[in-house]
Amino acid sequence: MNAAPTLSERLAALRRGDYRPADWLAECRAAAERWSVLNAWISAAWAQAERRLVDVQGGGGALAGVPYAHKDLFCTAGLRTTCASRMLAEFVPTYSAHIHERLEAAGALCVGKANMDEFAMGSSNESSHFGAVRNPWDLERVPGGSSGGSAALVAAGVVPFATASDTGGSIRQPAAFCGVTGIKPTYGRVSRHGMVAYASSLDQAGVIARSAADCALVLGVMAGFDPRDATSVDRPVEDYVAALTDLEPRRLRIGVPRQYFGPGVDPAVAAAVQSALDLLVARGVQRIDIDLPHTESAIPCYYVLAPAEASSNLARYDGVRYGHRCAAPTDLEDLYTRSRSEGFGREVQRRILVGTYVLSAGYYDAYYRKAQQVRRLIAGDFARAFEAVDLIAGPTAPTVAFRLGEKQADPLQLYAADVNTVAVNLAGLPAISVPCGFVAGLPVGLQLIAPPFAEARLLAAAHLYQSLTDWHRHAPAVPT
Amino acid sequence: MSLDSNHVRQLCRLARLALGPEQEPALTAELQRILAMVDALTSVPTDGVEPLAHPQAMVLRLRPDEVTEADRREALQASAPAVAAGYYLVPKVIE
Repeated sequence: MNAAPTLSERLAALRRGDYRPADWLAECRAAAERWSVLNAWISAAWAQAERRLVDVQGGGGALAGVPYAHKDLFCTAGLRTTCASRMLAEFVPTYSAHIHERLEAAGALCVGKANMDEFAMGSSNESSHFGAVRNPWDLERVPGGSSGGSAALVAAGVVPFATASDTGGSIRQPAAFCGVTGIKPTYGRVSRHGMVAYASSLDQAGVIARSAADCALVLGVMAGFDPRDATSVDRPVEDYVAALTDLEPRRLRIGVPRQYFGPGVDPAVAAAVQSALDLLVARGVQRIDIDLPHTESAIPCYYVLAPAEASSNLARYDGVRYGHRCAAPTDLEDLYTRSRSEGFGREVQRRILVGTYVLSAGYYDAYYRKAQQVRRLIAGDFARAFEAVDLIAGPTAPTVAFRLGEKQADPLQLYAADVNTVAVNLAGLPAISVPCGFVAGLPVGLQLIAPPFAEARLLAAAHLYQSLTDWHRHAPAVPT
Repeated sequence: MSLDSNHVRQLCRLARLALGPEQEPALTAELQRILAMVDALTSVPTDGVEPLAHPQAMVLRLRPDEVTEADRREALQASAPAVAAGYYLVPKVIE
């Protein structure tokens, strides 16, 4: 095993003066070179980061001198933001995402933009216009998605953290597949200003890092009210780092839904998650078996609502104001149609068409309205469960990382793998995936889910688990 | 609900997407399977359940009705495929 240092440890070394930000940046750059086989970058910004080094040196920001990558759907003024789509392959934003402003103000150094599924639609990072990302634990396997580049870069130790977004599992599932920690905060906790929209009632920005303590540090910088995002919640941000150790295991009740260990879950994955729960129980945590009766409706509900919102959000790409435009359009209709057909990849087109269908006259009530009713039932399941438990736990994904190409022929197989993650987005809850073991050399993720705005409890429970285990410190061997 | 290729062509027109003739059969089959999967929702009893559009149990905030944006036309139009004299150019619309 290659023990990987965490961001928190590196920062401590930096503050002691054992280490200089310039060394860290150079180290990241060398690691990026060694791991170029991952195809995890869309754009690099090493030169910009080096120029910023001068500004942050001696600065007291919480992340002064820390290199990081953005998922390539966060706008960065002057730096190409593609959403892994041909549609935005040349798009250079004139403004930056709220979280970019916050991270830069804290002294962090953006070193590039990470690969992802096109418009964040996918669970394997194979829908990117810039090619699939590889899993650092096995280069023939997917890193998960849609934040596959972010997870792969953190797992390989190229960057200590990366930003990510989660609409149906896009932070947690790649974190699980790559053996790193990823938190999807409560809907509204982190501003989405400057984050390219996919499904606006589900999208939330978050972070992938090695440990829960690292996530606590970065989330504390990213979270908070922003008037530019109408869904941003005006509510104080807790001190997540201070709260990490503020947890009495004997007073923690974890609910384990029977439905999260259904027939699609690999028994070896289920066993790893059960061992993790046993370890917490041995520390005094109370385990309670619970039911989330509408779990099996979450996938069909999500695959009505998310495409519906996507078809509406992606209507803005018309080849007129920005983005790809076809050559020599004959009329306006031709301009729209060919620009969109050339600019969007297959999975994006598929979801736009499903969304168009479920919103069209005659089908709206049968699909869209019905799905919104089921959404309330799913949210109600969680609300009832949280009357008796503090957290809910289960496997993040039903299997470990699958092979590249394995699920490309059948979109439904890929959709089905989101079974344990999408309900959390439908209910707008915070959740985290933490590494909890390996099956055949591939990482397994334990998912913990909390009530709205209980990120501090979520991170503290994950930290408790990580103080008892070292799964999050395992790092893959550099390819030869 | 079954979906035929005429229906798929109509959806494509609504979404301003054009399929090559070689893509149409495969896409029609995929859409049929996706819709068959989401049809599972019809078996969930939802009588009297209020639809949930959004996970926040609150009314969305409105900002004051004030001009807050500066004029950034040139910067914003720098991303456009074709502009002239501050206008976006498209193919001729009126004959």
